[in-house]
Amino acid sequence: MADATPRPTLAEAIRKFANGREVQTGLLELDVPPLVENGNAVGVTVQIGPGIGVGLHVRRIGLFNEKNPLAEIALFHFGMPVPSPKVATRVRLATTQDVTAVAELSDGSCWESTVHVIVTLAACIEDLGP
Amino acid sequence: MSGARVLINAPATAVAGEVIEIRTLIAHVMETGHRMGAQGEVIPRNIINRFACRYDGAEVFTADLFPAIAANPFIAFTVVATRSGTLAFEWTDDQGTIETAAHSLIVT
Repeated sequence: MADATPRPTLAEAIRKFANGREVQTGLLELDVPPLVENGNAVGVTVQIGPGIGVGLHVRRIGLFNEKNPLAEIALFHFGMPVPSPKVATRVRLATTQDVTAVAELSDGSCWESTVHVIVTLAACIEDLGP
Repeated sequence: MSGARVLINAPATAVAGEVIEIRTLIAHVMETGHRMGAQGEVIPRNIINRFACRYDGAEVFTADLFPAIAANPFIAFTVVATRSGTLAFEWTDDQGTIETAAHSLIVT
């Protein structure tokens, strides 16, 4: 619980994922509700449109958050070229914060998209039960 | 978590070259390791940290998961239907428990 080292910031986590390469905005579509009542399960969808460029495909998609105890949410790897890839999952959000998706293409370029999510009931405060 | 409930939602048939969406759900507590029990002790972390999908033996999609993934992880993703074969799914948690599921896909 009490970590000696603070978690990396959202920007640091994205920089680590991009491995020092420049991260451009756009290309991918991050779909998260802007206001959620329950931070315990927030639907997140990441989609990359067909306008990606000839011969290119998505290698990795990383999902990051701003204020959870850990910066990473998930890292997805595509083992085969998919023309218009999509991933969806459900995440926990500790509080109102930014959620960022970063995609790495087969030419090494990185693209990001950020959504600010307002959480009215945070994750991690639920009743532990019997 | 052995014998955990697993749901796979994917088409049974597809046309060659078609992009298909596969939706998976598995029952798992995804204990973050950040919570405390009634006596103030930390409840040890136990999450599914890796998910993999093999299509006809080749790894087409994998996911590294962190505690920020909600309980009973839902993961949906896309693959290109290339040939008839089996989609094999594998979830691994922090305790080393491995759950598997399979779905057969017919490509015409």
